Amino acid sequence: MGGIPLLLSELWFVLIAVLFIGFFFLEGFDFGVGMSTGLIAKTDRERRTLINSIGPFWDGNEVWLLTAGGAMFAAFPHWYATLFSGFYLPLVVVLLLLIGRGVAFEFRSKMKQQRWRRTWDIIIVVASALLPFLFGVVFATLMKGLPIDENMQMHAGFLDIVNPYTVVGGLSVTLLCLVHGLLFVSLRTVGELRERALQLAKKVMMPLVAVLAIYALLTYLMTDVFTVRGWALWIMALLGAAALALAAYFIRQQREGWAFGMTGAVIAIAFASVFIGLFPRVMVSSINSAFDLTVYNAASGPYSLKVMTIVACTLLPFVLGYQIWSYYIFRKRLNEQHHLEY
Amino acid sequence: MDPIMLSRIQYALTTIFHFFFVPLSIGLVLLVAIMETLYVMKGKEIYKTMAKFWGKLFLINFAVGVVTGILQEFQFGMNWSEYSRFVGDVFGAPLAIEALLAFFMESTFIGLWIFGWDRLSKKVHLACIWLVFAGTFLSAVWILAANSFMQHPVGFAINNGRAEMNDFFALLTNGQFLVEFPHTIFGALMTGAFVVTGISAYKLMKKQDVEVFRRSFNIAVIIGLVSSLGVAFSGHFQAQYLVETQPMKMAASEGTWTTTEDPAPWTVIASIDPDKQENSGEIKIPGLLSYLSYSKFSGSVKGMKELNAEYQQTYGPGDYIPPVRTTFWSFRVMIAAGGLMILLAMYGTYLAWRKKLEVAKPWFMRLMVFAISLPFIANSAGWIMTEVGRQPWTVFGYMTTEAGVSPNVSAGMILFSTIAFTAAYTVLGIVMVFLFVRKIKAGPYAVDKSEEHDEPADPFGVDGGYSVVTK
Repeated sequence: MGGIPLLLSELWFVLIAVLFIGFFFLEGFDFGVGMSTGLIAKTDRERRTLINSIGPFWDGNEVWLLTAGGAMFAAFPHWYATLFSGFYLPLVVVLLLLIGRGVAFEFRSKMKQQRWRRTWDIIIVVASALLPFLFGVVFATLMKGLPIDENMQMHAGFLDIVNPYTVVGGLSVTLLCLVHGLLFVSLRTVGELRERALQLAKKVMMPLVAVLAIYALLTYLMTDVFTVRGWALWIMALLGAAALALAAYFIRQQREGWAFGMTGAVIAIAFASVFIGLFPRVMVSSINSAFDLTVYNAASGPYSLKVMTIVACTLLPFVLGYQIWSYYIFRKRLNEQHHLEY
Repeated sequence: MDPIMLSRIQYALTTIFHFFFVPLSIGLVLLVAIMETLYVMKGKEIYKTMAKFWGKLFLINFAVGVVTGILQEFQFGMNWSEYSRFVGDVFGAPLAIEALLAFFMESTFIGLWIFGWDRLSKKVHLACIWLVFAGTFLSAVWILAANSFMQHPVGFAINNGRAEMNDFFALLTNGQFLVEFPHTIFGALMTGAFVVTGISAYKLMKKQDVEVFRRSFNIAVIIGLVSSLGVAFSGHFQAQYLVETQPMKMAASEGTWTTTEDPAPWTVIASIDPDKQENSGEIKIPGLLSYLSYSKFSGSVKGMKELNAEYQQTYGPGDYIPPVRTTFWSFRVMIAAGGLMILLAMYGTYLAWRKKLEVAKPWFMRLMVFAISLPFIANSAGWIMTEVGRQPWTVFGYMTTEAGVSPNVSAGMILFSTIAFTAAYTVLGIVMVFLFVRKIKAGPYAVDKSEEHDEPADPFGVDGGYSVVTK
């Protein structure tokens, strides 16, 4: 292996990290909006307004996850194979929830019957809350380490995946998405709905700060990322804390745009920290550090990384361009008069 | 049951289900785009009504296609992790490009299309639906490039026990891809066309919204004719390619145990006995297999027994004969459904051209309604033949399906997921058909039910969480 392939595999690690951060930043708020339909909507019209506020976006947001998965498959086949087979049962649940949630948006307003809508509404709320929780759990286990053997095979038991550390991780992501989503609602709605969203965001800030603090502390105690990465992670932690404080401040000031930006920053910093803490490992073995999967031993060959790099660098600007354009087109707040599609 | 069998079953079930929706999405969105183009060019409201009506059906279908597609991407890693390790370098690239190029495009522009009727200019809105079509089309390009690699691996070298890509353009100029892509994409356009002609025929029989459905039928039947002929021609080229690259699949799809005489006859039907490796009750058409294989009425086609011996020489001991009955019959079902569609599209085009649609014989219109099922049958049968006929290989010549399965996933886990996915898909299928039928019955001018709200309804009860936000 020469110098360039190593650099490329490191670049792809960064790209995959960016794709996951993009996914949690974007799908994060639509998870939050999904949860909020069960918390701040008083009427069917309001619930629909909430769903429609993410109507044009949620599908595109979810593609960030699909692209991250595809990029992982292409750039780090071993990472993809070990992770997806190792987390078999959690991923079955994730898939069922993603399936249910996706069609629920499309189906729920197609019929007027209350039982019909109620069923899909429950699916939206439950899936929107459980998905970030499960993603949080999975990412927490990545930092903590998993029983991966010398053949890169992961044999995780229930407690390897579900334990106090990962549950706190799951809760952190869920609450973070909730606040992020409530702020998105406050940006895209008017009147009472906007006010209720801000009110609830303010209330959720306290428990959010608490779980994030506990999670940071547990990460310090139970994982090696602070020792491996040292000052870099401390800086990230400080940045995260600052962004969180600013988010709380802007929520109180009712400046939802800035507050939304700050919760987004917290999400980005949190997940960036995970990847910084892991690097150059992609999966940590709890059995023996010699069995760790790294960006070097899990990567594809130099040729395919080069092709993928060219393709990604060509396409990504367009993708970002038209996604931003679509947010620009739908920048206006939804009010009572708006025609609702979903 | 063993994990391999369960993984096979799960893959077959989820992929066949997913592939009900994919071709319909591609086919329907093209028709919607054509209708909206007519609206923008001619300015007639009726074309907008048509685009919106078929667009609604498209969206319901698209949603199911998207969510079942997520599972497809995850499944390689979950159930076939050894396969993923072996081919990720080559096979993962088109998948990643598919997501980056196609999925982003279709998901973003479908959002703009659904919600943008009042916010975008007519032309920009029209551009959005064409970009959705482009997205679905490009998605097909990349996933079929990936599948073609499994049928006919090119552009790679084995390194450290893994297939590593060394020629990206070889993947895109893979002969298999060049025959498989047109065949599949014509099949998709045909699917959209026959669903639209079938539903239109139903509405025309009922004399409901005749103006809308006559026009819909006319547009769709032309696409149906062109694409069903396209399927047949591209299928012919694919068969010829198959004889060269995967002769075993071809022999199995013909039930040819021993090398045929010259010219080779085509077996219409036969009773196949895979244990004794012989057929009985064959009905044959002389010379036709030679024509299918070589485009001329001469040349013999190798039989499975000889090929098996050859494969054993090349790949070592083992049984390289795929499940013959499944391959044989799925091929015939595909051809029968395809042939029937060509005839129906021809006669339908004739009626549309002669403006005789409204006085068409009820048997024909009823047949068109029944024909909605044909493209789905043909698509599924075609893929069953392609994938089952490649067995025991998953990557032809390099990796068997057995070797690709995840070693760390137990049979119980796969059984659980198979049951869970099947249950979820069954519900999805039922709900989807139910919504389709409702939309069709309501017709294009129905008051949009989604505009009605239940006020004040609160599914989560009086105290469902928002009491915390009461000021």
